[in-house]
Amino acid sequence: MKRGLAAYAVAAYLFLHLPLLVLAIFSFNHSRFTVWQGFSLDWYRLAWRDPQLAEAAANSLLIAVVATLLATVIGTLAAWALWKRDSPTLSASLYTSLVTPEIVTGISLLAFFQWTFRFLNVRLGMHTVILAHVSFSIAYVVIVVLARLRTLEPALEEASLDLGATEWQTFVYVTLPAILPGIAAAALLAFTVSFDDYVITSLVAGVDSETLPMVIYAMARRGGNPVVNAISTLIVFALGALIVASERLQKR
Amino acid sequence: MPLTPVLELANLGKEFPGHYALKGVYLAIDTGSFFALLGPSGCGKTTTLRLIAGFEEATTGDIRLNGQSILHLRPYERNVTTVFQSYALFPHLTVRGNIEFGLRRRGIRDTAKPVREVIELVQLEGKEDRLPAQLSGGERQRVALARALVVRPDVLLLDEPLAALDPQLRKQLRAELKALQRRVGVTFVFVTHDQEEALSMSDRIAVMRGGCVEQVGSPRDLYSAPATRFVAGFLGAVNWVDGSGVRPELTRITRELAPPEVRTFPGRVESIMFLGNLVHVETRLTSGERVIAEVPAGQSAFAPGDCVHLWWRPADELRLPQ
Amino acid sequence: MRRLRAIFLTPAYTVTVGLFLIPLAIILVYSLLSRGAYGGIVFDWTTENYRRLFDPLYGAILLRTVVIAVITTAICLALGFPLALFISQSGARKNLYLQLVMLPFWTSFLVRTYAWMFLLRDTGLINTALQSIGLIHEPLPLLYNDGAVLLGLVYGHLPFVVLPLYATLERMDKSLIEASADLGAGPWTTLFTVILPVSMPGVRAAALLAFIPSLGAFLTPDLLGGGKTVMAGTLIQNQFTTARDWPFGSAVSLVLMAVVMLMVWRVVRTKGEGLV
Repeated sequence: MKRGLAAYAVAAYLFLHLPLLVLAIFSFNHSRFTVWQGFSLDWYRLAWRDPQLAEAAANSLLIAVVATLLATVIGTLAAWALWKRDSPTLSASLYTSLVTPEIVTGISLLAFFQWTFRFLNVRLGMHTVILAHVSFSIAYVVIVVLARLRTLEPALEEASLDLGATEWQTFVYVTLPAILPGIAAAALLAFTVSFDDYVITSLVAGVDSETLPMVIYAMARRGGNPVVNAISTLIVFALGALIVASERLQKR
Repeated sequence: MPLTPVLELANLGKEFPGHYALKGVYLAIDTGSFFALLGPSGCGKTTTLRLIAGFEEATTGDIRLNGQSILHLRPYERNVTTVFQSYALFPHLTVRGNIEFGLRRRGIRDTAKPVREVIELVQLEGKEDRLPAQLSGGERQRVALARALVVRPDVLLLDEPLAALDPQLRKQLRAELKALQRRVGVTFVFVTHDQEEALSMSDRIAVMRGGCVEQVGSPRDLYSAPATRFVAGFLGAVNWVDGSGVRPELTRITRELAPPEVRTFPGRVESIMFLGNLVHVETRLTSGERVIAEVPAGQSAFAPGDCVHLWWRPADELRLPQ
Repeated sequence: MRRLRAIFLTPAYTVTVGLFLIPLAIILVYSLLSRGAYGGIVFDWTTENYRRLFDPLYGAILLRTVVIAVITTAICLALGFPLALFISQSGARKNLYLQLVMLPFWTSFLVRTYAWMFLLRDTGLINTALQSIGLIHEPLPLLYNDGAVLLGLVYGHLPFVVLPLYATLERMDKSLIEASADLGAGPWTTLFTVILPVSMPGVRAAALLAFIPSLGAFLTPDLLGGGKTVMAGTLIQNQFTTARDWPFGSAVSLVLMAVVMLMVWRVVRTKGEGLV
């Protein structure tokens, strides 16, 4: 049975990885057809020089950085509070936000921003995208940081109070340093989730805040543009590296 | 000798949802003494410690430090520090960092001298830059001690500090801890469930059960003049015969007839337990009770089945008040 | 401490209420309103939107969504369980093999979906390869149908199923397998009579992780189904963009949410574990 399982596992791994590997390989293909005609970096050069891509990438980066910063801070503070004592309503809401289909979150936010436009004259744009990203990223941050907090012994904070530190000082000088790897891992996760988001972003982005996933989506819909292969490969490896880093940090 | 004890507990009580962890405890602890809270798990000794430290809020009563009530002060406002059972060393700080922590919270910048002094005190020279993960159990305990002592607390609380160590190390550290306390002169309040530990280290012991203090006294007084059956049984083995109690090491056993002036109880030897330097002779009296007589190994010539007589001096009897 | 805790909770509470709960409430209200002449909202209260869901057209879409999700889950479990079993029996290399499964999952869902477009298109790799060997003369219509959507959904959610299955198998008492062998059962018998039944709770949790995202899927049916496979997700998006029938789209959204929450509630209840 062991040999059967191993053979099956090989097939399963091939199934999981071949599509991406093939994509990566053909991103270096000299021709635009799916017949191998020699190695070339043309598509990468094209991608690099495309102004629309550059702007979209810059937008994605900016959104991801700001949203990650906000979500990590808000999520870490919330995780500490939940660690001290659970808040059933917040826990339930966060969990619900995780299981809610993206399309539903997206359209509900679109409807919400319609009203903010009516009353506060807030238009759709980078800021609405950032707000949306912060909203759905918090749950991820809370999960990772809370898991890390639960590995701490409660006596640690008591020892700090005992020696003369206030609750706030304890949080800053003892708790935060102790969970720093967890916070970093959560931030990397939030960044990845934000950078890759298409559904929600496409609904709440304005006309001048195109993100990289939106561009890729448009290109994919239109069909056969090998530049997509190049960007896709880049994204996969960049985000992959981040995720590996995040995993390593969670284990420290 | 100061007139006020350094620490006083007056009618201290703590109620948790569903049960009373502590019911109306009165204690007065003298300055510079080594005081033990002794009792089985659930007796309230740890709750008492946590109330003194400030990690729990009292339901009733008062806690006075040097005459002043500290009942409503937060842990960081009390000049009381704790050595935790798990030591709770800050994992991201070195030994030096851990020890400096309390000093820095008090705004003390020149930490070099006090840190050096306390490191010499606990014999951790050369380990100042190590992280807790790189220390042994005994070394971590010493860091916990140093960290708590360097800030010069009025009272040092210790929550079963020797429980996590292996028996050999434990015995050695008992002496060291006692010597340390004498040297430093700080009042130690020590929680333990181990009567041997309490008896060997303390100046005075409070034996607790079910949230109350059953008796307070010096080790010798508690051992030879226990106030209740519980205290008697908790501090050592007791032979209960016909309403009286007597310690096994004071229980005489003989094959011939005993002195006529004392009460004698005949019986048959059931088993012999060899304990190295001592022998426990387990005997079943004709009146039914099982009694253990402790005899130095050299003087034991008994075997199971022997007919023997047990007796003791009246002065050696445990006098329990009715 | 209580004050600090309250302060720390406030930002998360504000964001969750303002940017998650309130928007959902708005959608709830919309689902009971009517469509305006130019696609806006008119405050005419009605339950018409929910009644339309029973129309054969829309009812079929909802039914198809559930069916696709169920099939996806079944395939994911069938494919994922042996893989999880293999990893749990791999000794020292367990973590490496697990990472190899999870890694692609966490990179980019969009790219992973596009990768299948690249493979399945008429001018895609599979068709080109098969044609060049001479097996076929015309490209096979591999893309833009239910099968492609199913494939994409399974591919997308398989890693998410392997992880909890692996966790369950890891936590299982290994001595149960030894006892089974000791009593004379072969490896296949042990698998079906001991391992599978014991890991059922974990299987249920893993099923949830495939079923719920599949139920609410949008990208996969949109890109791989080419607008032909209409699942609830694409229907909703359609109502909020081209069709401009926000009340109806809201009703579909709420029904989708209700099904999701029902499934979650059922599994959380039987498992009894904490939420976040």
